[in-house]
Amino acid sequence: MNKIVKNIKEALNLCGIKDGMTISFHHHLRNGDNVINMTVNALQELGIKNLNLCASSLFQVHSPIISAFDDETITTVESGYIGGDVGVAISNGKLKNKAVFRSHGHRPSDIKSGKIHIDVAVIAAPTSDDMGNCSGKFGKSACGSLGYAMADAQYADKVIVVTDNLVSYPLCDFSIPETQVDYVVCVDSIGDPEGIVSSTTKITRDPAGLRIAKFAVDCIKNSGLLKNGFSFQTGAGGASLAAAMYLKEIMLKENIKGSFCMGGITGYIVDMLEAGCFETLFDVQCFDLRAVESLKNNPRHKEVSAEHYASPTSKSCIADKLDVVILGATEIDTDFNVNVHTNSQGIIMGGSGGHSDVAAGSKLSIIVAPLIRARLPVIVDRVNCISTPGKTVDILVTQRGIAVNPAKKDLAERLKASGLPVFDIEALKNIAEDFSGKPEPVERGNKIIAEVLYRDGTVIDEIMNYCG
Amino acid sequence: MIRSLMFLPGNTPNMLINGDTLGADALILDLEDAVSPSEKDSARVLVRNYLKNLKARKQFFIVRINSTDTDYWQDDLSEIIPVKPDCVMPTKVNGDKMLNKISDFISSLEKKFDIPEGTTKLLPLIETAEGVENAFNIASANNRIFGIALGAEDLSADLRCRRTKEGSEILYARTRLICAGRAAGVEIFDTPFTDVNDIEGLCKDINFARGLGFSGKLVISPRHIDYVNELFSPTEQEINYAVEVLECIKEAEKLGKGAVSLHGKMIDAPIVARAKQVYEAAYPSGTRL
Amino acid sequence: MIKISQNAFAGTLESSDCLVTITPNESNEVNFEINSVVFKQYGNSILKAAQNTVKKFDISGADIKIQDMGAFDCVIEARVETAIKRALKGAK
Repeated sequence: MNKIVKNIKEALNLCGIKDGMTISFHHHLRNGDNVINMTVNALQELGIKNLNLCASSLFQVHSPIISAFDDETITTVESGYIGGDVGVAISNGKLKNKAVFRSHGHRPSDIKSGKIHIDVAVIAAPTSDDMGNCSGKFGKSACGSLGYAMADAQYADKVIVVTDNLVSYPLCDFSIPETQVDYVVCVDSIGDPEGIVSSTTKITRDPAGLRIAKFAVDCIKNSGLLKNGFSFQTGAGGASLAAAMYLKEIMLKENIKGSFCMGGITGYIVDMLEAGCFETLFDVQCFDLRAVESLKNNPRHKEVSAEHYASPTSKSCIADKLDVVILGATEIDTDFNVNVHTNSQGIIMGGSGGHSDVAAGSKLSIIVAPLIRARLPVIVDRVNCISTPGKTVDILVTQRGIAVNPAKKDLAERLKASGLPVFDIEALKNIAEDFSGKPEPVERGNKIIAEVLYRDGTVIDEIMNYCG
Repeated sequence: MIRSLMFLPGNTPNMLINGDTLGADALILDLEDAVSPSEKDSARVLVRNYLKNLKARKQFFIVRINSTDTDYWQDDLSEIIPVKPDCVMPTKVNGDKMLNKISDFISSLEKKFDIPEGTTKLLPLIETAEGVENAFNIASANNRIFGIALGAEDLSADLRCRRTKEGSEILYARTRLICAGRAAGVEIFDTPFTDVNDIEGLCKDINFARGLGFSGKLVISPRHIDYVNELFSPTEQEINYAVEVLECIKEAEKLGKGAVSLHGKMIDAPIVARAKQVYEAAYPSGTRL
Repeated sequence: MIKISQNAFAGTLESSDCLVTITPNESNEVNFEINSVVFKQYGNSILKAAQNTVKKFDISGADIKIQDMGAFDCVIEARVETAIKRALKGAK
């Protein structure tokens, strides 16, 4: 049996690609990915139309696919995160149908149940053997975990592995097995290593960011959750990583042995593992080279699927075992609803990722954000888009104070008693507006260009077009 | 109580905006070294507007002005004094004469803008050999003097000594300033620790300075603020002892006793004075007793 | 009325700052051009801050361009003031 096919176009033909099908991708190559663009280009050349692009995330690097919106090769997008010019294009109404957002945990749930039916899954694999046993841990384009691709490989009708490092059979340490793979294509390059993983992930030097991180860790310390067996997740951005740094100091000083850290893994979290802060790392996505190396070499650093990470319909998932998560926000409203989908003008610039999954699953969800970003207060009356419902958000931490969800009275009392600057969220909003002035409302368009599904399957919000 | 005094560059809105969130007890808005000569005009207008616009001042606001041997210092003061900073930090202060010149100019501005004379305090930065030798004259020059501060980097150049982390070359200047400041009844603030990333070295330096008798320390990195605050605050042990002493004295007064002892040790006036200092530092609003 | 006779600028394009450029024009008016990352939310506020500052100086015949990176009004005012003062330097 021979699975090797000479190029993507031929593989798509062999898969029986047709108008109106759903084609899926994963985003482990992040802003270095070349495979989505190559595949979409092949689809355009084949003249296929009306496709549903089901990509776990899209980034600035994918801006060439906007031309496939224009010629209606792609008319629907289903994703967890849409960044860069692709988000702007959708906000400007370039996509024929509505885009559909799902969280990272909700996606594999809907793939498994058949609510999303994938006709063809294209898996960018940094290393594969000729039968399709593949992994992200090795090769010049190594990205580490392939967690987001696993449901696609398992449930798609046809699976194409695209690699730039074809090795002889068998690749022993595979993440996706040959049993799920139909075809293997070897190309010169699946992506730009600089965009795939950072060589180092740096902690913010912004003093306000450090202040926010310190307050966030003070909240964790005084929540009563920081004890042996503690479990934790944090992002790779700004204050989140600085929070990990302060948390490590405290855990080492007070000799607290955590159980696991979930992520989005960076070198800083690897340091915490190696310093004994945690027993285990669960890894659905590596952010830097240290994380990739650790995943490869440390048996306590474990690759997990998106389903295992956060699927609401799995028999159980890691998100539900989390004690504390630290998350970001572009906006938060006075009901604690968080927006990570659009910017303050309502233009798509991101998405939930696992935001709403872990906010719901964890015991304590902390939003960290500067109170004011380029003059714009982060607290608004109503967010442009509800990504994560306020009932699952416990604390907002800014450099000028902390707001606790009124549903968590005990927590607010504990934090106040420890001397932290706890305010009503309205009062914090007023502080911001004292500095900035009240922003004038931004007009929204009248056409729905995207809908945001919550992890229970309901439409939690709709995003309108942007009218420049 | 002022333990940490953080420098903020005067012409960088992004740094000024969040300056009051960093945890420092005092902020020094810098018009001197952090601002290039071509931007002096711009910085003093920005700092003026920033201070004017600030709704609630929770910190002690100091403006560092350019030295009297430049053409800038009078323009600096003319812009700044009307918006009432708590304090002005003159630089390269050599003696009381220079300081009184600055003070007189401030007085004329206070008069012009209907500000009670003496409202604006002074925190002279001593950073020359001559300044160190005149420390007491400087510290007691006039009623505006709220404290004196040591600037060891410029001083080292003036002394032609080798600047080290351990700081044995500035030990004389440090102790001289402390003696002068305490004699004059003003606060004394230590030179900044300049290695941003050496936290261990920072803590050593703070503990040494505190042991010598400094009231607090200048800070150039936001990362250092929390350490300065913590290590210049009384420890729990010190606070508990101070409370015990003060309770003991109160009890003795009630009973009309003269001499008092605690844990078998006589409590005399200096011990009570020290206990009061510690107590006031720990409970600025006087909550515990 | 002092007519602006030379170019001047103040400020930077760093976050939370703005760059104000003044150029003389042939008219007796002061015209404003505002580019801002938060124009929709704060464009009017920025214009008002700039106009109020200009009122304090008795000037005419200038185009004032503000490139705003999310500066507070007090920063806009400071930069406009400095730019005007620089443009007036040496003028009668």
